[in-house]
Amino acid sequence: MAASCRAPPRGPGRPGVAAFRVPCPAVTAPYRIAGASGFWGDRNDALLDQVRGGPVDAVMLDYLAEVTMSILRVKMLRDPGQGYAGDFLKALAPALGDVVERGIQIVTNAGGMNPRACAQAVVDLARKQGHRGLRVGLVTGDDVMDRLDALVARGESLANLDTGAVFATIRERVLSANAYLGADPIAEALRQGAQIVVTGRCTDSALALGPLLARYGWAAEDWDRRAAGVVAGHVLECGGQGSGGNFSGGWEEVPDLANLGYPIAEVEADGTFVVTKHLGLGGLVTPAVVKEQLLYEILDPRAYETPDVVADFTSIRLEDLGRDRVRFSGIRGRPAPERLKVSVSYQDGWRASVGLTFVWPHARERARATERLLRERSQKLGIQIDDWHVDHIGVSGALGPMAPEPAGEPNEVLFRMAIRTRDRDSARRFSAEIAPLVLSGIPGAASGLIAPRQDPTAIVNFWPALVPRDAARGEVEVLEA
Amino acid sequence: MRVPLYDLAHTRAGDKGDKCNVGVIARRPEYYPVLLRELTAERVRAWFGDWVKGPVERFELPNLEALNFVLHGALDGGALVSLRLDTQGKTYGYGLLRMEVEVPDDLPVQRRAPAAPRLAG
Repeated sequence: MAASCRAPPRGPGRPGVAAFRVPCPAVTAPYRIAGASGFWGDRNDALLDQVRGGPVDAVMLDYLAEVTMSILRVKMLRDPGQGYAGDFLKALAPALGDVVERGIQIVTNAGGMNPRACAQAVVDLARKQGHRGLRVGLVTGDDVMDRLDALVARGESLANLDTGAVFATIRERVLSANAYLGADPIAEALRQGAQIVVTGRCTDSALALGPLLARYGWAAEDWDRRAAGVVAGHVLECGGQGSGGNFSGGWEEVPDLANLGYPIAEVEADGTFVVTKHLGLGGLVTPAVVKEQLLYEILDPRAYETPDVVADFTSIRLEDLGRDRVRFSGIRGRPAPERLKVSVSYQDGWRASVGLTFVWPHARERARATERLLRERSQKLGIQIDDWHVDHIGVSGALGPMAPEPAGEPNEVLFRMAIRTRDRDSARRFSAEIAPLVLSGIPGAASGLIAPRQDPTAIVNFWPALVPRDAARGEVEVLEA
Repeated sequence: MRVPLYDLAHTRAGDKGDKCNVGVIARRPEYYPVLLRELTAERVRAWFGDWVKGPVERFELPNLEALNFVLHGALDGGALVSLRLDTQGKTYGYGLLRMEVEVPDDLPVQRRAPAAPRLAG
C-alpha cells in the first residue's frame, strides 16, 4: 500500500473513515498533530488533555534538550535499565486506553540514551493494561559513542562546531555522543504498522515530519513540503510555548494558563497547515503567539538546518483566521545538508553557588564586603577556583549591564556567588565557607533561600560536531505487546 | 520622540550552545521600519556590553515583521557551564526591550512600559 493512500487513523468527528482503506483522491481531511511535551520536566497531563480535548490523529512529545542526553547517560551507567525519560510512561499510562481505542499515533524521543528500554516499557505498560497486539516502533542508530575513534581514524576531525576546538582535548572525558537523526526512520516505523514510535536523539521537528511523511508519502526531494513539516514541528516542539505560554507579546490576555491547551497543527497534503488548539482548553493562538515560537532558538532564518531539509523561515506566510486559528503557507525548503550534527557531552569541572540575604540599610555594601571576605578565605585555604560570578539579586542580577542602577536603598538584596572549579573537593570546600559567616561575617544576613553546604554540581558540557551521513543511520524495529 | 522598545515590540530568546538568539517582533506592522532603522547589530552589541563576548548578527524576517539577533559568546560558556542566574538567556529579550529608540512624532504608540524603576529610599 502506498504511503500516500494510507487510511487516516480513527478519530471522533471523522466517523466511518477508520474501518477501510481510503483511496487517494478521497483523502481530504487534514492530518491533526498535537504537541504534548516541550522538554523533560514538562506537564505530564498534557497528553491526556490533547487526546481527550478533541480530535487528533497524532501526538508528538519532545523530551530532549542539549543537557538531557548526558543526564540520561549517567543514569544508564548506574542502571542499564534506565537512561530514558520515564515521564513519558507517566504521561502515557492514563491516556493509553483512549489512544488505542481511537488509533491515535504517538511519536516521542523519550527513548533518550536507551530507546530500547523505553520501547519495552511501553510494551509492558500496554500488556499490563490489556492492549495486546499494540505495535511499538523503535528507532535506534543515533548513538555513535562506540564509533568515535573509528571516525577519527577515518580522518573526521570532530572539531567543535562553535569554537573550532580540537576533539583530542576532550576525548578522555566524553560521556555520550549522539547524532541527530531525521524523520525518515519514524515514517518507516509508522509504515510498518507501529502506533507508538520511540526514538533516541532525533531533531525535535522530525517528530512531526515523520508522521506527515508516513501519512502523505511526500517524496524524498519534495523540499518544500518537508520544510513545511519541519516548520509545523518547530511550532509544536515546545509544548505550551506555541499556544500562549511564555508569551511576551501580551501574557495578560492569555486565558486560563492553568488549563493551557498545547498547540495542534492541522496539516493538508500540500503542506499548508493551520495551527490551533482544542477549544475547551486555555491558551491563545494568534500570529503574534506563533511568531514568537517561530523565532525561538533559531539562527539564520533563511537556513534552518535539519537532516531532512533546510527550511527557509523567511518564506512563511501567516494568515489570522480568528478564533485561535493561524494558517501557514508558502513555505520553501532546500536540499538537506551533506553532514549530520552530533551532540557530544563531556565532563568539564564543577559548579557551586552560595548565598545570603542582606536587609536595609547598606545591603549592597554588606554584600560586597561578603564577596571580599569569601575571596580572602578561599585564598587563605588554597581553594583553586577558575571563575567567579556575583549577583545582587533584586537590584543587579539577571540583566547585568542592561539594568540601570536603581535610585535609593533597596529593602533587601540577595547576595549570590557562583564558582567553577576543576575538582569536586575545591567546590565543596568553597560551599562550606558560607555558613560560618552567619556568626563570623557581616551582620544582618538571612540564609534561608540558598541552603548552606549545597553539594557541588558536576558540569557536563556540550560539544557539537559534524559527521558523514553514513556514520549514523536510523534502524527501525517494531515490537508487539 | 524616544520610547522604550517595550512599547513597539515583543521578544523571545533562547540558547544554542554559547549563542543566544533574541527574536524581536513588531507589535504593529508600522513599527517594523522603526525596528529596521533603530536596532542595528552594532547598537544591540553595545547594549549587551561585556555580557556578549563575540559578534552580534542581525537577520531580517519581513514576512513576520521581525528581526532575529544572534549573540555569539553570550552565555558565559553556554547554559551547561554558565554561572549566571539566567543560564539560558531567556530574559535577554526583556533586557533588550528596555532600550530606548527614536520614533517619528506622528507615529501612534501606546505606552506600555512602566517608568524606569525607582525604589523608595
